[in-house]
Amino acid sequence: MTRFATKLKSKLALKSRVKRLLKKKRRPGSGIEARPIIRRLVWIRRFAQVGFLALFCWLLVETGFRGSFSATDEPVRVAYPVEGFLLADPFVALMTLLSTQTVYRGLLWSVGLVALTLVFGRVFCGWICPFGTLHHFFAWIFPSRYGKGSERIEANKTHPVRQRAKYYLLYALLGASLTGSAIGGLFDPICIAVRSIGLAVIPAMQYASNVTSQLAGASNVQAVQSGSDAVADFMSETVWQSQQFYYHETWFIGVLLVAVMFMNRFIPRFWCRVLCPLGALLGVMSRFALFGMEKDHTKCTDCDLCLVHCQGADSPQGGVKWRQDECHMCLNCEAACPEDVIKFRFLPGFRSRIAKPDTGRRTALASAAAGAALIPVARAADALDANYNDRVIRPPGSVTEKEFLERCIRCAECMKVCPNNALHPAFFEAGIEGIWTPILIPRIGYCEHSCVLCGDVCPTGAIQKIDEKQKLGIDQKPISIGTAFFDRGRCLPWAMATPCIVCEEFCPTSPKAIWVEEVVVPKRESVASEAGKEPPMTSVEVKRPLVDPSLCIGCGACETVCPVQDDPAVYVTNIGETRSKTNVILLENTNYNYGS
Amino acid sequence: MADDPRRDALKRIGTAALVLGGSGLVGRALWDAGGLEVYESSQRPQRRDFRVDGQASTKADMAIARRSTDPTQLTRAAIDALGGMGQFVKRGDVVAVKPNIGWDRAPVHAANTNPKVVAEVVRLAYEAGAELVTVTDASCNEPNRCFQRSGIWKAAYDVGADVVLPAAHRFRSLHLGGDVLDEWPIYRPLIDVDKVINVPVAKHHNLAKFTAAMKNWYGLLGGRRNRLHQNIDVSIADLATFMQPTLTVIDATRVLMRNGPQGGNIADAKDMHCVIASLDQVAADTYACGLIDVDPAQVGYLTMGQDRGLGTMDWKHLRVAEV
Repeated sequence: MTRFATKLKSKLALKSRVKRLLKKKRRPGSGIEARPIIRRLVWIRRFAQVGFLALFCWLLVETGFRGSFSATDEPVRVAYPVEGFLLADPFVALMTLLSTQTVYRGLLWSVGLVALTLVFGRVFCGWICPFGTLHHFFAWIFPSRYGKGSERIEANKTHPVRQRAKYYLLYALLGASLTGSAIGGLFDPICIAVRSIGLAVIPAMQYASNVTSQLAGASNVQAVQSGSDAVADFMSETVWQSQQFYYHETWFIGVLLVAVMFMNRFIPRFWCRVLCPLGALLGVMSRFALFGMEKDHTKCTDCDLCLVHCQGADSPQGGVKWRQDECHMCLNCEAACPEDVIKFRFLPGFRSRIAKPDTGRRTALASAAAGAALIPVARAADALDANYNDRVIRPPGSVTEKEFLERCIRCAECMKVCPNNALHPAFFEAGIEGIWTPILIPRIGYCEHSCVLCGDVCPTGAIQKIDEKQKLGIDQKPISIGTAFFDRGRCLPWAMATPCIVCEEFCPTSPKAIWVEEVVVPKRESVASEAGKEPPMTSVEVKRPLVDPSLCIGCGACETVCPVQDDPAVYVTNIGETRSKTNVILLENTNYNYGS
Repeated sequence: MADDPRRDALKRIGTAALVLGGSGLVGRALWDAGGLEVYESSQRPQRRDFRVDGQASTKADMAIARRSTDPTQLTRAAIDALGGMGQFVKRGDVVAVKPNIGWDRAPVHAANTNPKVVAEVVRLAYEAGAELVTVTDASCNEPNRCFQRSGIWKAAYDVGADVVLPAAHRFRSLHLGGDVLDEWPIYRPLIDVDKVINVPVAKHHNLAKFTAAMKNWYGLLGGRRNRLHQNIDVSIADLATFMQPTLTVIDATRVLMRNGPQGGNIADAKDMHCVIASLDQVAADTYACGLIDVDPAQVGYLTMGQDRGLGTMDWKHLRVAEV
């Protein structure tokens, strides 16, 4: 009997233990559950973040040309609107609106994001922005050792001095736009994401993967080799470029990405809270948002659970006013609140919120003025009007240099899409103002004759959308980006009586801009002679290459393939580019009525 | 135990000695004496010969098909005249078909092999029982664009070929042992197979004067091929020595007469309606050379090929079938 009783007792104990395990962790404080809609929305937000990040990465990987089975006369274009995130970016639209007084083509989509912000506030930051999602993730993973509990709460409290910086940066960059430079693209989060992942992360991963597959190939184990081949095949057909791409000085872009990501260890979402000018612009707009937070301070017990999960450092806790312009609308605070203090709703009352950015009017004006002043200072230095670098070869279809600087947001879409690794981010070649704008480096890759993809993906019209007829010059003058020159002291047929003409072979124009003259030249034989005598002489027939500047389009194919490996015997400079009326050699192309 | 000072001292000295001994051993085992031997290739010179044994059983050594204007029919006629693809491809073979897909040009420019010729060769190989036929080349221009715009990607895919685009991991460094070509990255999909069918296009070349079959092996090489032009004839002869294909099918249905190898002007190409199938790459090139009125004796690599015993320029003395 007693045995049965103890058995029953232990059985009951087990049952209650299981029950307790199955039951949700009790919420602290009064333990009031968050509204079901909020609990659901938090999960929808997480899926949206992952989804938009995946969409961004997919579009980035698709920013290139993989060929297809389509007909040979079908014009080659990028299959998807890969620049979509940039088209929806109101900071890009506003910068180019201020600099050019126009809204270029697809940038009209940014009105959609403005509308979303006017209804829901900065939902873009918390739900959509792929760069923001990366910061969300790293701010969660990086401070794990000491960023817990009270330290985390402290880190997530509003830090007005720090968080003001992004507004001043925004005003300065908009000021610079007014004086004619879209240099703010250096700080646009979407531009940064495309630039750093597209030009640094993916090529570095491809490099590492090539090293790995070489090691696997050297292993002489059949299974390892074929396995590594299968992986490499898959990656080369989906993610990698057609060959290893090398981008000019992009180590710095990579270092900056690592640095800004690592800042999450010290200040969670440092980028989003402190620097992001797009977030600041959306913050300015969010004061008109129809959706927002209402707080019932009387119910708050100062448990600070809301702060543990706060993304924007926007003061969700009781006793202080909520800062709408800082809030990423992640809804974590309401989901965490056990006291029914926080409520997100349409048309919330004004009592418990601050909607305007916490910036001084004078400092704001001063920042805008400083930004506006930056551009004349940069231009008074040489690099643009005077002593323009002859190696700043802009992509085909680019507008004149000044308008180019008004439009180019340094998003690197053109460099990512270029199938020949020809386009690179300038470092200081185009002056301080031209940093990370695209230049063609023919020693690495040339402009593929019938390709127009760079203009196809350019979101701001710095590179216009040209078609094959304009590029190749069918029934019109072809688009030229420069002119080739021979260094006769280094050219094999010119200087060394050695046949070559690879440049002529690769010259894509018809008739060819590079032509050859056949000459018989003396050649000293490379053998030792009898004492006191010169080595014997022979003669060889060589073809010496020459350029016809009226036919040359500056594509750089000759420079890419020149076998004089270190310093090529044929090189391209930007003179004769179609976009400029002054940077010309030949009289018939000159028109002095226009500026450069 | 730990507070026994002698024991503790022994333990620490022992550990230090082990680490020192270990580093010494590793260092000695991996010691490099240095020296300029590092410049030299450690590999032995290699050759790839894909010719089938008993080629005497073929009906002819070379077949010239000219009695049609359809590239598909011409190709089939030429290969049938040799005795059919069954002479070369056996059941279960993995076959590489190597057209010229060098340039971002359309078929009308005649800078690449005609897609219909490529497709017919693939079809015949499958009919002869090939397990898998791959079509590939290491292009000069951007490969995706060359494969698509040449029309070969679609044509080969439609007849079931595996179209392989060049990628870095598909090259392996091999010692060719040629007069000018030593160690070069070689395109694996063209050599890691049972049979190789060379399907070049005959065309003018500004430096070599004329190119077709032997020059097509430039597509085997990775790295910077531009150096090869300094001695283009010997380079071509070196490559043709390294690589002996199972069969050569020269596309001369439309021939680039000037501005080769890239062309670009439709007026530079001329319809010839001719396909040559041959066991001898030198003979086939010599015959095709005549199509653009170049004297074969002026084409250096042909003479070199003959001197090296790769084939004969005297094609008239071969068993030639004209169909």
